[in-house]
Amino acid sequence: MESRFRVLFLIVAMISLSGCAATKNLFGFGNEEAPPPSAEAPGQVIDPEVERREIKEPKIDHEDFEVGAYVGIMSIEDFGSNVSYGVRLAYHITEGFFMEATVGQSDGGLTSFEVLSGGARLITDSERTMTYYNLNVGYNILPGEVFFGEGRAYNTNLYLTAGLGSTTFAGDDRFTVNVGAGYRFLLTDSVALHLDFRDHLFDIDLLGEEKTAHNLESHLGITVFF
Amino acid sequence: MSGPSTTTILSTLRQIKAVIATCLCAVVLQSFLSAPVQAADELRSVVVADPYLEMRTGPGRGYPIFHVVDRGESVQIVMQRTSWYQIRTDRGEEGWVEREQMEKTLQPDGQQVSFAAATIEDFTNAKWETGVLAGDFGGANIVSLYGSYSLNPNVAVEFWGSQILGNFSNGWMASVNVVHEAFPEWRVSPFFTLGAGAIYTKPKSTIIQGPDRTDQVGHVGAGFRVYATRRFLLRAEYKSYVVFTSRNENEEVEEWKVGFAFFF
Repeated sequence: MESRFRVLFLIVAMISLSGCAATKNLFGFGNEEAPPPSAEAPGQVIDPEVERREIKEPKIDHEDFEVGAYVGIMSIEDFGSNVSYGVRLAYHITEGFFMEATVGQSDGGLTSFEVLSGGARLITDSERTMTYYNLNVGYNILPGEVFFGEGRAYNTNLYLTAGLGSTTFAGDDRFTVNVGAGYRFLLTDSVALHLDFRDHLFDIDLLGEEKTAHNLESHLGITVFF
Repeated sequence: MSGPSTTTILSTLRQIKAVIATCLCAVVLQSFLSAPVQAADELRSVVVADPYLEMRTGPGRGYPIFHVVDRGESVQIVMQRTSWYQIRTDRGEEGWVEREQMEKTLQPDGQQVSFAAATIEDFTNAKWETGVLAGDFGGANIVSLYGSYSLNPNVAVEFWGSQILGNFSNGWMASVNVVHEAFPEWRVSPFFTLGAGAIYTKPKSTIIQGPDRTDQVGHVGAGFRVYATRRFLLRAEYKSYVVFTSRNENEEVEEWKVGFAFFF
């Protein structure tokens, strides 16, 4: 009986001690002990006269685009080989894949038939000018490094490209598929030399029957990353 | 350094770069300069927080690691290419570090650095998009370029220009269309489209046929936008065109196209 009273007393003591803070607030006593900070006079607040530093970080320079020009030789099927030149814009999506747009121009010469027949002409001179545009996807299949002497190393890439576009030649726009491979030699991290081989394929029926013409182009170019 | 002057210097640098890009002679000269174009104090600097930062000789996984920066040292970011960052140490060594490692560096004041990379959320919310598609237009080949502006995540207005290259005729087409995406937050997001435009058709020079003509077109279509990586997406679509010809009967043309696009 006595121990039961003791337990009861202990429980009451525990509740009253632990709950005093809560009960104070419950009955509204607590407010007096903790006045709101606004009650203090404004002059007494210590105002740190240090402004938060706004650090403006310079933006990181993204160099995913590559722009440049090239010059080379294009062999137009049946029309001989001539100088070709063009411009190129590429966007590097990942370290492997890039997209590329090229616009180029070359000239067709005389076909064997035109040379042998004397004066006969299959197409006019203005129709001999070949202009093309291509939209390609490329993949850096063999990235690497080459060494020049002991102290210099250059990054290189062997890449494959494939794409489609249009070629204007012999009076018509022709749907053109192109496949090729190239070698990119980075002189610095932002300037590259290119050696490219492309095969431009389109259908042509100028000489009687329709056939797929292979027009091989090789060119040397220079590009800048920006 | 104050903010405006930094911006001015950077924009001036960009102008200089644009000039360099257009002038190949300058490019050749620049290639022989080993000194970097930017002054050191304009570069962003970070502190290595991981045990070490691995520097490679090129921006790719296969390039060898030639230098390691220890924890606590600070490095400067020279530039970014794809997901690789070119960094410069205090001792002047330059190398390439991948994004995963750069994300574990800290700003000079100790805060986490965020290297903003485009995510699938940008795929859903980006305002502008441009891309190229190619495919079949009623038996002819078609190459298309488009630009798109999103009014909200669900509705976008698109402007298309296409070149049609067929066996019998060639042509150009321009059109404007509205695109509705029901689930723009999906990685593979289906859409419906409705639009109108004009088509110019020119018979091939080797075929004796009617004269060149320009007709109005209307079209409906459906397709998918698929988020690939970074700011890059794949797109495939079908469109059914009605060409309002000056003849008695209208022409119907079916079009299938696939291609890729960027959002920004």
